[in-house]
Amino acid sequence: MRKIVSVVVILVLAVGILVSTTMFDFGNPASGEMDTYMLANGQVQTGGNNIVTDVVFDYRGFDTLGEATVLFTAVLGVGLVFRRMRNKKEEEYEYE
Amino acid sequence: MNMSKIVRSAAHLLFPAILVYGFYIVVHGHLTPGGGFQGGAVIATGFVLLYVAFSYQRLQEWFHLDSFKNAEALGLLLFIVTALVALGLGATFFYNWMANTGGLFGMPVPFGPNPGYLNTAGTIPIMNIAVGVEVLGAMSVILFYMLRGIKGGDE
Repeated sequence: MRKIVSVVVILVLAVGILVSTTMFDFGNPASGEMDTYMLANGQVQTGGNNIVTDVVFDYRGFDTLGEATVLFTAVLGVGLVFRRMRNKKEEEYEYE
Repeated sequence: MNMSKIVRSAAHLLFPAILVYGFYIVVHGHLTPGGGFQGGAVIATGFVLLYVAFSYQRLQEWFHLDSFKNAEALGLLLFIVTALVALGLGATFFYNWMANTGGLFGMPVPFGPNPGYLNTAGTIPIMNIAVGVEVLGAMSVILFYMLRGIKGGDE
């Protein structure tokens, strides 16, 4: 039973990858509706010359908020892993 | 454990230049390639250069590690508060409430090439500065934590 399921899963994945790589041309279409809109209106609406910054900090502000939060969390993780360890017993780590 | 005199002199010379360059990248984020993330990383390399050239003790005489942690938290808070003010003004979250109003960072920009005016783009420069402060604190704290393990780094 498990063998059959695994064969089916592998077949579905292989067919999906083959279809997705052969069905569409790479990099086509070169520009869609959304990027044309941003190029045409981004400078006037936000006032910034740099369209990339306009998108990152204005149109897609939520994404940047997530990036900043990820960085904050990464610092928490690094601080946890690289915390100062003195010559004490294992239970008596000094958290700072 | 200091590095040689050549490295220390080079660090003294390069540190202000790195700070100025990083601040330029942050503040001109809405005009030229770059922005808060890139400029903050450049500023953090300046602090790490000091860390590598001098000892941890010398660096602690000049800066507190806690001030970098505070910079990180304050940058993220300023970023969120700038986005929340738009909510308070009756617009949507992350609405650019300062653009094209004529006030601070509010100069209207016509479509097309221009020399690049600093007083434009509304909340984008403020968010760039907030993210720059956050990234410089975060990168410095991460690298200080990691470099503390080198020999003589933490005694």
